[in-house]
Amino acid sequence: MAQSLDRLKESPSQTAGPYVHIGLTPNFCDIGGVYESDLGSTMVNDQTKGERIELRVRVLDGTGTPLKDALIEIWQADAAGLYNSPAELRGTADPSFLGWGRQPTDMETGICLFRTIKPGRVPFRDRRLMAPHITLWIVARGINIGLNTRLYFSDEEKANAEDPILARIEHRARVPTLIAERQGDAYVFDVHLQGEKETVFFDS
Amino acid sequence: MPEPGSNRTPETGAFFQRDRQWHPPAFTPGYKSSVLRSPQKALVAFDNTLSELTGPVFGHAMLGELDNDLIHNFAKPGESAIGERIIVHGRVLDERGRGVPGVLLEFWQANSGGRYRHKKDGYLAPLDPNFGGCGRTITAEDGGYAFRTVRPGPYPWPNGPNDWRPAHIHFSLFGHGFAQRLITQMYFEGDPLIWRCPIVGGISNRAAIEALIAALDMQSTIPMDALAYKFDIVLRGRRSTLFENRPEGN
Repeated sequence: MAQSLDRLKESPSQTAGPYVHIGLTPNFCDIGGVYESDLGSTMVNDQTKGERIELRVRVLDGTGTPLKDALIEIWQADAAGLYNSPAELRGTADPSFLGWGRQPTDMETGICLFRTIKPGRVPFRDRRLMAPHITLWIVARGINIGLNTRLYFSDEEKANAEDPILARIEHRARVPTLIAERQGDAYVFDVHLQGEKETVFFDS
Repeated sequence: MPEPGSNRTPETGAFFQRDRQWHPPAFTPGYKSSVLRSPQKALVAFDNTLSELTGPVFGHAMLGELDNDLIHNFAKPGESAIGERIIVHGRVLDERGRGVPGVLLEFWQANSGGRYRHKKDGYLAPLDPNFGGCGRTITAEDGGYAFRTVRPGPYPWPNGPNDWRPAHIHFSLFGHGFAQRLITQMYFEGDPLIWRCPIVGGISNRAAIEALIAALDMQSTIPMDALAYKFDIVLRGRRSTLFENRPEGN
């Protein structure tokens, strides 16, 4: 026997279940008066730098039906490509932009709406620039462990073409599953959990 | 950038790879909701970039006085939630065994009768007018946390014809990097429903299930007031950045 490495195992994930709103967006599900507002519901204020955009995200199950009980969190860089995080060592991010948002899907339409700004480009591990992107984390009833994916932008064709993460996707026909379509000021992004258009999910 | 005045060196190493055999897989047909909601294609793997290594900071200043007291945070003045009063406490650790400070912990649960305050929950057990069911806290320097609540009741749910959830509290954890994001559930020592639950049963390793069962902790009870359960939670650890190859000029 060799010495023990003395490592612990990550706590196993369990589904967020159908009542995730109670814990993460209580005001949204009519539990008022406990928290002043739902955390992550507002991402941008008057001082925030950058181009205002709206993300309209849906999550579709294997029959194409939108989930109405999912919750999505997003994490992104500011307009200059800096993260508002202690682990960001390249500079100081816009103090008026945390870069993190949390929204439940609408209980009728299944649409999850984020009002944010377009992120700048962030370097990959080897300093090549990644294309502007937003990281998504999706939980819901029936999802045993949170799903990680990225949203890229349809009007960033050149940057997308040189993005090192998109380049890693072996089956090129799947790359468009990560690209949100611009419609006016909004980007529309459908996440397909299954089927021919199944979104690329990441393990990182 | 590091917080002003902080003498802690920010940690920037990549997170340990997730052990996907230890977690429940996406497709667990005993839990019917997973059947149409589970990705079927292989996950695309890559080593963490800044987008996964970084994460927002939540300061203690955002917390209200009653945020970690579910017995009172929804109750009318002078009243309190009905049920078995308990304290849940423990530490948030990383896979290296170190306490993780500054973790935002959010929890939610059914009331003592097994009913959620949610319009989608139609279980016949009554709502408690003094119980909302949500709370939150932020871990201390040593990763420690505590909150007060009532023990949630078990409840039936539409899966099989007669499936019951064991008593449980949902936990959401926000560590230092977005790649550490985790939601899990805490179960109670000795509950026979744990081993009959299709959601728990999605985890194939018995030791992994046991890692989600909080132990009765008599040393932390408050006599004539509340029982206590100890629940430690582990987040992904970070690789050391020692000897890591860096691009030239770094």
